[in-house]
Amino acid sequence: MHEMSLAEGVIQVLEESAVAQGFSRVKKVWLEIGRLSHVEAEAMRFCFEAVCKGSIAQDAELEIIEIPGTGWCHECGKQFEYQARYDPCPHCNGYQVQMVAGDEMRVKELEVE
Amino acid sequence: MCTTCGCASGNTQIEGHDLHHGHAHAHDHDHTHSHAHDHAHSHSQSHSHAPDAKGDLHYGRGAAGAHAPGLSQRRMVQIEQDILSKNDRYAAANREKLAEQNLLALNLVSSPGSGKTTLLTRTIEDIGKTFTCGVIEGDQQTANDADRIRATGAKAVQINTGKGCHLDAHMVGHALEQFDLGEQGVLFIENVGNLVCPAAFDLGEAHKVAILSVTEGEDKPLKYPDMFHAADLMILNKVDLLPYLDFDVAQCIEYARRVNPEIQVLQLSARTGEGMQGWYAWIEQRQQALLQAKLDALESQVASLKRTLGKG
Ligand SMILES: Nc1nc2c(ncn2[C@@H]2O[C@H](COP(=O)(O)OP(=O)(O)O)[C@@H](O)[C@H]2O)c(=O)[nH]1
Ligand SMILES: [Mg+2]
Ligand SMILES: [Zn+2]
Ligand SMILES: [Zn+2]
Repeated sequence: MHEMSLAEGVIQVLEESAVAQGFSRVKKVWLEIGRLSHVEAEAMRFCFEAVCKGSIAQDAELEIIEIPGTGWCHECGKQFEYQARYDPCPHCNGYQVQMVAGDEMRVKELEVE
Repeated sequence: MCTTCGCASGNTQIEGHDLHHGHAHAHDHDHTHSHAHDHAHSHSQSHSHAPDAKGDLHYGRGAAGAHAPGLSQRRMVQIEQDILSKNDRYAAANREKLAEQNLLALNLVSSPGSGKTTLLTRTIEDIGKTFTCGVIEGDQQTANDADRIRATGAKAVQINTGKGCHLDAHMVGHALEQFDLGEQGVLFIENVGNLVCPAAFDLGEAHKVAILSVTEGEDKPLKYPDMFHAADLMILNKVDLLPYLDFDVAQCIEYARRVNPEIQVLQLSARTGEGMQGWYAWIEQRQQALLQAKLDALESQVASLKRTLGKG
C-alpha cells in the first residue's frame, strides 16, 4: 500500500511548510492528483485520514482535484486526452506519446491558522 | 512509523537492526552524514512536530500543544509541492554519493519470483572479477536473498521493509552507509517484488531495470504500465521455458514499447546462461557511459580553470 507512504509524504510537505510559512494548524488541504499518477484518489483519502491523527493536520479536510491526462504526440505534434499510458495517439495511431499532464501528485494549497 | 521519509519503518530493518536505531548510532558517531540533520529529530514515535526558530523540525515536541487558541488567523497558503519531494531529495543525495564513488546503481524491479536473485548470483559469479559488485536486497521479511548473494562472495545488505511494499530512498541511503565498494563498481538494488509501488520511488539509481519472466504472460507491460514506463531496460527472463509455453515474445516487446517507446529489451535465461552476455555488455556500456559523463564534466571544469588562469 504505497498510498500510505504517499499520504505521509503529504504530511511531511505540510510540516515543512509550517516551518517556512509559520503556521501551526492545517484546516484544509488541496491535492492535485493526476488520473495517470501513482495514486488512487480514494485510497489517498483513506490513508490521509489515518496519518493525519496527531499531526498538524488532525481533522483537516481533504479536497482532491483530479487532473485528466493529456498526451503530446511526437509524430504528429497534436495534443489529446490521454486515458492510459498505452494509448496510441488518436490522430496518427503512433505510440511516441509524452504525458504533458496527468501524472501529478502535488500539494497545491492549504488553509491554515 | 518513520516520519522522515514516510517509509513504514515501524517495521523496516537493515540487517536485522531497526532503522531508527540505525539513525541514533549514525548520528552519534558520524556527523558528516549528508542528511544527518533530518535524522537527528526523527526518532520519536509522535507525529506532532513544531518548527524552531532556525527552521528545524523537532519531531515529538508537540506542535498541537504549542498552539495558542485565539491568536491565530485562518489564511490560505500556496504550496505547489510534490508529494514525493522528500523522497526525491534523499534520492538526489544518494545519486550524488554514488556518482562520487563511480558506482553504477541499478534498481531491479519485478513481480516476486521473476528471477532477480538468480540473475544477480549468476551475474556476480560471471563478472564479479571484472567489476566490484554490491547488492542491496529488499524484502518484507528474511535475509534469505542477502545470504544467497553473500554465498557468491559479494557484499550484500538486507533491508526488511516489514509491511512496506517498496524500498524508498531513505532506506537505501542508510544501506549505502554500509557499503565501501571503493572506486568504481556496480551496485544492484533488488527491490521488493511488486510491479506497482516501486515505480513511484526514485532511489537514486542510474536505471530501473524491469525483469519479466516468460511465465507471467506477455500483457504485463499493459497491466502495469507505470513500471514499464519507468524502466530503461526490460529483461525477459526464463527464456529456457519458452518451448513449453505460448508466451509471445514479439507481442510482449510491442506492448512494452507502447508504454515506453525508448525501452531496451534483453532476452535471457538466468538458469542456463543463454543471453547473459548481452546483459553484461549492457552493464559495461552503462558503466562506461557513467565514467564518460564524469570525465566530460571534469574536462570542462579543467578547461574553464585554464581559461581563467590564461586570462589572469
Ligand atoms: N527455468 C528457469 N527458472 C528460473 C530462471 N531464473 C530464475 N528461475 C527460478 O525462479 C524461481 C524464483 O527465482 P528468484 O531468483 O528467487 O526470484 P526473485 O523473487 O525475483 O528474486 C526460482 O525457483 C529460480 O530457480 C530461469 O532463467 N529459468
Ligand atoms: Mg529475490
Ligand atoms: Zn507500495
Ligand atoms: Zn500523432
